Amino acid sequence: MDHAAGMPVDPRVFEAMKPYFVENYGNPSSSYSFGASAKNALMESREKVARLIGAEKPEEVIFTSGGTESNNLAIKGVAYRNKDKGNHIIATTIEHISVINICKHLQKQDFEITYIPVDKQGMVDPEKLKDAITDKTILISVMYANGEIGTIQPIREIGKIAHENQIYFHVDAVAAVGKVPINVGEENIDLLSISSNDMYGPKGMGALYIKKGTRIQPVMQGGGQERGLRSGTENIPGIVGMGKAAEIAQEEMETEGRRLSQLRDKLIKGALNKIARSYLNGHPTKRLPNNANLRFSYIEGESLILGLDMLGIQVSSGSACTSKTLEPSHVLLAIGLAHEEAHGSLVFTMGKQNSEEDVKYVLEVLPGVVRRLRAMSPLTPKEMLR
Amino acid sequence: MYSEKVMDHFMNPRNVGEIPDADGVGTVGNPVCGDLMTVYIKVKDNRLEDVKFKTFGCGAAIATSSMITELAKGKTIEEALRITRGDVADSLGGLPPIKMHCSNLAADALHAAIKDYVKRKEANK
Repeated sequence: MDHAAGMPVDPRVFEAMKPYFVENYGNPSSSYSFGASAKNALMESREKVARLIGAEKPEEVIFTSGGTESNNLAIKGVAYRNKDKGNHIIATTIEHISVINICKHLQKQDFEITYIPVDKQGMVDPEKLKDAITDKTILISVMYANGEIGTIQPIREIGKIAHENQIYFHVDAVAAVGKVPINVGEENIDLLSISSNDMYGPKGMGALYIKKGTRIQPVMQGGGQERGLRSGTENIPGIVGMGKAAEIAQEEMETEGRRLSQLRDKLIKGALNKIARSYLNGHPTKRLPNNANLRFSYIEGESLILGLDMLGIQVSSGSACTSKTLEPSHVLLAIGLAHEEAHGSLVFTMGKQNSEEDVKYVLEVLPGVVRRLRAMSPLTPKEMLR
Repeated sequence: MYSEKVMDHFMNPRNVGEIPDADGVGTVGNPVCGDLMTVYIKVKDNRLEDVKFKTFGCGAAIATSSMITELAKGKTIEEALRITRGDVADSLGGLPPIKMHCSNLAADALHAAIKDYVKRKEANK
């Protein structure tokens, strides 16, 4: 139950990709007919991705190597190109680490970044964001949904504020695309980052939606592919795979979303009922259909992960002990959790492979794992162990 | 990530619990950092007759706590004081490098318990 970390490629996606490795290896830039099938495949995939996010024109979709590159192109590309208008960017405290590190990088180059805090449920207050706007603000970057705590932001409202102030609006939608319906037009989005693997497509693939007319410059120089915004020979098998994944996501999102949110609610309700001093991180209703982030007092996340792993359940945690930096998740700290609370958090991200049986099994064994660790912990109140 | 021995001590920790009439108690770490250990010792004729622990922390923190109780039990005070963090890690078949510093606190907790025991003894003289 750790789909946020990596998803399997849908077999239908894999099938669609296969012919583009050995048989149709043409380069879409070639003038002779052999390149034509690659060119067609490229066009079709672009249309499929555009359709999934409600983009008006397929050309507004640029293929990249993934969410991180899309975020880099969006934020740096707009920042550098619009430096003549201002140097101020607004983001939130719970953005993905790639957005945060891009912002830090820009700070070293005389850009100013304001990070808008979120409330206890991880929600951005559009009014606070509005107050942070200055006459130097050129870009607002807010994630569609947080992959860790699941909270979905009021994107349409924030987009409206951005546009009322003639500011570009970038949305990192990596955790949300294919899981919840998105419409870039209706939601006032100028740039939208997408990752292929987060919707059962191949890894190493992503896309950036760039609304027509957006002032942006490339961050990588080369042969001028993708309207000059992303040079380098196109990864045709990857692009075909991502297109197929987008097509499937569009067809199945509604039914799969309903199924997953039922599983999610069952898991959350069951865990909170069965385990004392357990809490839900993130928003109770405005959350990704596949995400359940639970917190258990007095114990630490990595030991929870290990305990569950021994029982065949794979999950992740916001604990410092599972991170490379030994710092707890910045998202959990941003929603106001104390360090020791952040340590005891567990993230379940479910997907197509998960069934009701899985949720039942988790609810069967999780209380025991928690109890065992609490019995060992010096923080557990004595009366709880009786 | 962890050796079999670490997983064994994590899943079946030895000597978990408190010693109500302990002769020495040592606590190290901080829940803010994600690791907190308390080691309890019972001393008889200068030997560690019983050693128990309680730990809040990751798998490595729990396994090292469990291991230190095994290493220390039956040892004299002087022998127990010579047990190092390295000894604990070696007895567990090694620890991931990132855990060597942050979660390998069990030897410190034992030494703190012994210090507490010595202090109490001095005070009772």
